Amino acid sequence: MSTRTLLSPLALARPRGRAVYWTVFSGVVVLFALAFLFPVYWMVTGAMKSPDEVTRTPPTLVPDHWHLSGYTDAWDLMDLPTHLWNTVVQATGAWLLQLVFCTAAAYALSKLKPAFGKLILGGILATLMVPAQALVVPKYLTAADLPVLHTSLLNSPLGIWLPAVANAFNLYLLKRFFDQIPRDVLEAAEIDGAGRLRTLWSIVLPMSRPVLGVVSIFALVAVWQDFLWPLMVFSDTDKQPISVALVQLSQNIQLTVLIAAMVIASIPMVVMFLLFQRHIIAGISAGSTKG
Amino acid sequence: MKTASKPPAALPPAAVGVPEVPRSAGRRTGGPWRRRLADQSRAYAFLIGGLLCFALFSWYPAIRAVVIAFQKYTPGSGGEWVGTANFTRVFHDPEFTAAWRNTLTFTLLALLIGFAVPFVMALVLNELRHAKAFFRVVVYLPVMIPPVVSALLWKWFYDPGAGLANETLRFLHLPTSNWSNGADTALVSLVIVATWANLGGTVLIYLAALQSIPGELYEAAELDGANILQRVRHVTIPQTRFIILMLMLLQIIATMQVFTEPFVITGGGPEDKTVTVLYLIYKYAFLYNDFGGACALSVMLLVLLGAFSALYLRLTRSEGDDA
Repeated sequence: MSTRTLLSPLALARPRGRAVYWTVFSGVVVLFALAFLFPVYWMVTGAMKSPDEVTRTPPTLVPDHWHLSGYTDAWDLMDLPTHLWNTVVQATGAWLLQLVFCTAAAYALSKLKPAFGKLILGGILATLMVPAQALVVPKYLTAADLPVLHTSLLNSPLGIWLPAVANAFNLYLLKRFFDQIPRDVLEAAEIDGAGRLRTLWSIVLPMSRPVLGVVSIFALVAVWQDFLWPLMVFSDTDKQPISVALVQLSQNIQLTVLIAAMVIASIPMVVMFLLFQRHIIAGISAGSTKG
Repeated sequence: MKTASKPPAALPPAAVGVPEVPRSAGRRTGGPWRRRLADQSRAYAFLIGGLLCFALFSWYPAIRAVVIAFQKYTPGSGGEWVGTANFTRVFHDPEFTAAWRNTLTFTLLALLIGFAVPFVMALVLNELRHAKAFFRVVVYLPVMIPPVVSALLWKWFYDPGAGLANETLRFLHLPTSNWSNGADTALVSLVIVATWANLGGTVLIYLAALQSIPGELYEAAELDGANILQRVRHVTIPQTRFIILMLMLLQIIATMQVFTEPFVITGGGPEDKTVTVLYLIYKYAFLYNDFGGACALSVMLLVLLGAFSALYLRLTRSEGDDA
């Protein structure tokens, strides 16, 4: 069963309509393949060409000889295991801390009626209006010399983890989800003798699986894709995540090796996307229309 | 649908509030004041971690940006007040005008291309009855490629020697271009990269909006003799107007903060043709060690983008209330 769209099913059923439809359909397939898949193909195969072949004009569509040395060289020369590991550590930590602290805070704001709760929520929502990038410099100065403690988070994963917790969007998503959980459910748990933490852990969180999934994906993708903030935080090369390292090393490295490193840097997120594509696409589509 | 959590209407009004009072009375000892304190400290135990992070990395930096904008600031030794000297110095920097001009041009071009292309794509995709999942995955694929990789990839495409862009033009017997290396073409080249990398999300959102248009509207328009273009103009666009406006505002906010593409692809060049405001902020802080100037620029960007964000939140709020 399909709903009526711009074109009527009748028009599409006519021979002329069918001919036009299949022409447009093939056109779109070719266009999408050229615009979105071909650049990726070019990158993956470019890394397998020899250094001479990759700069040849006119270029070869298929490598003359398939070399894997670009990939192995990138792995060794650009120290990719270190940078990939750094990225994994930074992304995982930011994700876990966000889950713990944003969930707890959202639960408190939604169900525990803290004093000044309205004011705090207002302050958190106000940060949605302040574009994150415009504040990177004072944020950097704060991370470089924390007030009261006078320690520096620079060159430490904490410099990624702690600012990641201040994510108003994710916190608000969680709070709105918790708001929809009826009070009766929580009160029933309380009467049964469950404490606040127990209620959160065994009642609220299991009910919140969908929103926790969305928040997790947002949190992981955000850290993996970020560039400006880790560029500021990590001046030590061996602490840098893959995005920063790629740019820093791109100047003095052979083209095929750089391209191979770019492919390797893309694999984790692309694989995650292909695994969870249904959820990710549904999440984007649903989130937009519900506002 | 939304009334599920409301109490049943048959219940007398007085009974609704009653369960609140004896809820915890049976379980805890101590006066109501002590009990409230215990409740509050428990609530704040849950809140404190998130609260501290927001205080440190959102609220404090926002205040600090405004303060340092009026200071000569040296990391380690603090700041001294200099009045509006940072603003005047930044104003007189020739790169200041260039950065704002480039950022606004970039935003405008990204809006023209970044609005029209995904909208038309979504319109066409919505009419296709086959391989729907394939199109959605393919169009979103570039969004999942790290922005740094997209930027480096296009830098290679734009290479004047063996870059794919010029090779394609040669293959089609068209004149080649300097792309990101040419003074006139550099900014447009960056807009193409940003559009390629980001339009997947926009297409998916438009697609969802198009699917919510009731089919009867199209049928009625068709009965009135409206052709395809007229149906797009009088049915599709009015029905998706709100989403279009939202995405436009979000895109303005996002593209005004463009940094990765100019930093990775052009380094702000040729000359100052692709220096953006955020790039200039970065330069002031990390190249000139002028944190006062960087914060003065940040405050300007903040005010402008804050206005757009406020408009966005206002529009989404009022729409939410209507629903």
